[in-house]
Amino acid sequence: MDRIPILKFGNALLVTIQVDMHDRLATALEEDLTSRIVSNNARGVLIDISALEVVDSFIGRMLDNIAAVSRILDADTVVVGMRPAVAITLVELGLSLTGVKTALNVERGMAMIHDRLAGSEADDADDED
Amino acid sequence: MAAQAGSDVASLVSNNEKTILPEWVELQKKAGILHTGRISEGELQAQSKNFLHLLHEALTQGGTDTTGAAFEPARGMLADLSRSRAQQGFSPSETATFIFSLKRPLFNALNRDNTLSAEQIASTVWTSTALLDELGLFTLEIFQKSREEVIVRQQREIAELSTPVVKLWEGILALPLIGTLDSQRTQVVMENLLQTIVDSEAEIAIIDITGVPTVDTLTAQHLLKTVAAARLMGADCLISGIRPQIAQTMVHLGVELNVISKASLADAFAVALRQTGRAVVKTKRIEGFALPEKKSGGQGA
Repeated sequence: MDRIPILKFGNALLVTIQVDMHDRLATALEEDLTSRIVSNNARGVLIDISALEVVDSFIGRMLDNIAAVSRILDADTVVVGMRPAVAITLVELGLSLTGVKTALNVERGMAMIHDRLAGSEADDADDED
Repeated sequence: MAAQAGSDVASLVSNNEKTILPEWVELQKKAGILHTGRISEGELQAQSKNFLHLLHEALTQGGTDTTGAAFEPARGMLADLSRSRAQQGFSPSETATFIFSLKRPLFNALNRDNTLSAEQIASTVWTSTALLDELGLFTLEIFQKSREEVIVRQQREIAELSTPVVKLWEGILALPLIGTLDSQRTQVVMENLLQTIVDSEAEIAIIDITGVPTVDTLTAQHLLKTVAAARLMGADCLISGIRPQIAQTMVHLGVELNVISKASLADAFAVALRQTGRAVVKTKRIEGFALPEKKSGGQGA
């Protein structure tokens, strides 16, 4: 069965979806990501969907699920590179992915995760004082 | 039967062309078509003559079926005529008079013909009436259609004109909305905004609704959709320009926008600058761009 590769990028995970997502692939990705967050001790997950032209309600829910799961495991999820048409479709479907953070491209998304990590480390440092 | 009736009318037209044409033109003039000043007598004469000729040809070839191939040239001419009249601003009745005023001269010609039996006269009257009515309706239909085309084109132009996306600063866009927000316009606005966000890599979009006359629950929903879509693309939205009355109406209706909203575009821009880590500072005023060396004791801008 096909699997979507998950790349380690510092203490973040990078997933680039470049094929059409079908439901089984989505479920597999959800499971893989969950276990990789734990095994790599990742603090951020970056999902690049810039190549995705079609997003249905199932994929929308998958993104929401991944965000919810990684939040429990203390990792931020950022969905990046959504196409305008996809954004409109999701909004029309009533899925505004309120639990997911978004960014325009991978660069911005990575900056977002780093900012958050820097912020939390500063908090940790404050706690130690 | 139809072919017979058609040829009866055809021979009526061809035998009396000399008298029908001037009578017809006279009637059109009497109806006041020249008073509008939109068409000259020569033009009217040419149009009438041309149509009579085409009508005659069609009748001899294909009977009385106005939708048939034989009537193709006559229909084409009528279509051109009513389209151009629609654009020149003729009223529908002025346009239809062109065809309907042909009845009187035809019937007069029929009256003058002594060789016809009562039955023949009756059937010819019926055929020509039906024929001219059909052609008249066709003319009106084309007239209506071309007016509608004009309206559709104008609508499209208005939609395009009224949804510009303006770049205020690096990474900050403004979307001044003018006019009522219906679902079709929201779609255009949304597509425009999202595409510009991608193109200019914007982080913040300010939706300014100073020009939106009313905000009801539906409009608010459209606005929220736009905000949600922009957020999915990774851009934050601010809403500005909510007028006092509109703010009151929104509260009365229980409409909540759940986004940062500011009273004026300037306030929203200030917030956007702060969010992107920028600030506007006062410096010494420079008077005249061309002469920067000329010192002035001006106050800060």
